[in-house]
Amino acid sequence: MEFPAGLRYTKEHEWIRVEGDQAYVGITDYAQQELGDVVYVELPEAGGAVRYMEPFGVVESVKAVSDLFSPVTGSVKQVNEELFNRPELVNSDPYGQGWMLVVEVGDASQLDTLMTAEQYAAYLRQTKEG
Amino acid sequence: MALQATTSLKRTPLYELHREAGAKFVDFGGWEMPVQYGSIIEEHKAVRTSVGLFDVSHMGEIEIRGPRALEVVQRLTTNDASKLEVYQVQYSTLCYPHGGIVDDLTVYRLGPEHFLLCVNAANIDKDFSWIVEQARGDADITNTSAQIAQLALQGRHAQATLQPLCDLALDGVRYYWSAKGRVKGIEALISRTGYTGEDGFEIYCPASQGSELWRALMEAGAPYHIKAIGLGARDTLRLEMGYALYGNDITAETTPLQAGLGWIVKLNKGDFIGREALAKERGEGIKRRLVGLEMIDRGVARAHYHILVDGQVVGEVTSGTVSPSLNKSIGLGYVRTESAKVGTPLQVDIRGKPAQAQVASMPFYPSQVRKA
Repeated sequence: MEFPAGLRYTKEHEWIRVEGDQAYVGITDYAQQELGDVVYVELPEAGGAVRYMEPFGVVESVKAVSDLFSPVTGSVKQVNEELFNRPELVNSDPYGQGWMLVVEVGDASQLDTLMTAEQYAAYLRQTKEG
Repeated sequence: MALQATTSLKRTPLYELHREAGAKFVDFGGWEMPVQYGSIIEEHKAVRTSVGLFDVSHMGEIEIRGPRALEVVQRLTTNDASKLEVYQVQYSTLCYPHGGIVDDLTVYRLGPEHFLLCVNAANIDKDFSWIVEQARGDADITNTSAQIAQLALQGRHAQATLQPLCDLALDGVRYYWSAKGRVKGIEALISRTGYTGEDGFEIYCPASQGSELWRALMEAGAPYHIKAIGLGARDTLRLEMGYALYGNDITAETTPLQAGLGWIVKLNKGDFIGREALAKERGEGIKRRLVGLEMIDRGVARAHYHILVDGQVVGEVTSGTVSPSLNKSIGLGYVRTESAKVGTPLQVDIRGKPAQAQVASMPFYPSQVRKA
């Protein structure tokens, strides 16, 4: 399983990659593996708002429906509409073509509350052992 | 993202094989069962295009024996078991006096005075108590579930996989018939039945030999790229066929008539438990029906979502998924009879938003079972 350095991670298994004052958001390799085949993604519309650790959308596998939580508060600049036709990109390329949102980060200090790749890997080990 | 974990539960004799194969497990009616070994979609497609093997040893077996065995089966089930020849199989339901469903099952006639009922895993204890109570001592009833392993071999290459291992000519085993034979030396009951809509077999053998049978079939199916199939794909396969799942689509609160199972309710066969209520329901008109649903808007219909017509709740989704064969969102649900016609526009309330759907004809995917 892969957790790229430079990204920040939530306990709910989302990642965020900051590029200037914008950031890409998606779900982690661990999340997509746990979910299995992703068959549906529901995302907010561009122009909408997302809030720190509140649900912004839904990802569905064959079996299950799971909420998506936003790593930061901000406004939605872009959504990955390609996922509406090809939700499987979340499985095949979770940190690349499987991205979900581009948000304008409202409060950069929230990023500091998120885990680094190392911390996230340790968190997963801990959760599994627990 | 909220992810769930599994706790320790009842296990089939093949549990260790599944673990070794890297299965992900799920709690299914109190059983720790493989939900998938890899991708549910790939497992589904393997069954639709070639062959797959399922461990269904969690299913229960209840045997009824004695000179009055037929009479007891007739009293308990809605289909007409008197029509069964020895080794013939029948789909049926057990009903309560009010017409609600105790369970759905397959009835095997293994002898003039010997029947085997294959029942749902979560219902074994409930069914056994019910059957013993209703038999009133008129036949010997035994719960042989723990002594029997059951594998389902499904797909167009099922027969080619099984035949080389088997001392029976499988061509002679017709749809909904069974036979006793040996599979790689293992004594088995083999029926041409299944829950996928594909040609295939369900194979019963002693629990202690279940793993051996599994390995032999996986080896024999290798030329056809046989896959182990979990409950995830079992569910999508049966849903594409519109087959009901007990606990979701049929329950004690629904009758076989409402569920579209009127074809296995034989009101003229003589008295049986639930007959009066079902005759009355048929006479007065069935008020709600289990229908196929297909989504028109984006979104996935899931169990317990409300079904709306013109903003009014008319029923509830009982099963729903994205069909891996058709790549669209399909489901089953109850609606009032006036909204049950194929093509009727409906809405499904998906997380507070009404999404357009319609009543679809079933099966969603054409059945490939070998009826001839």
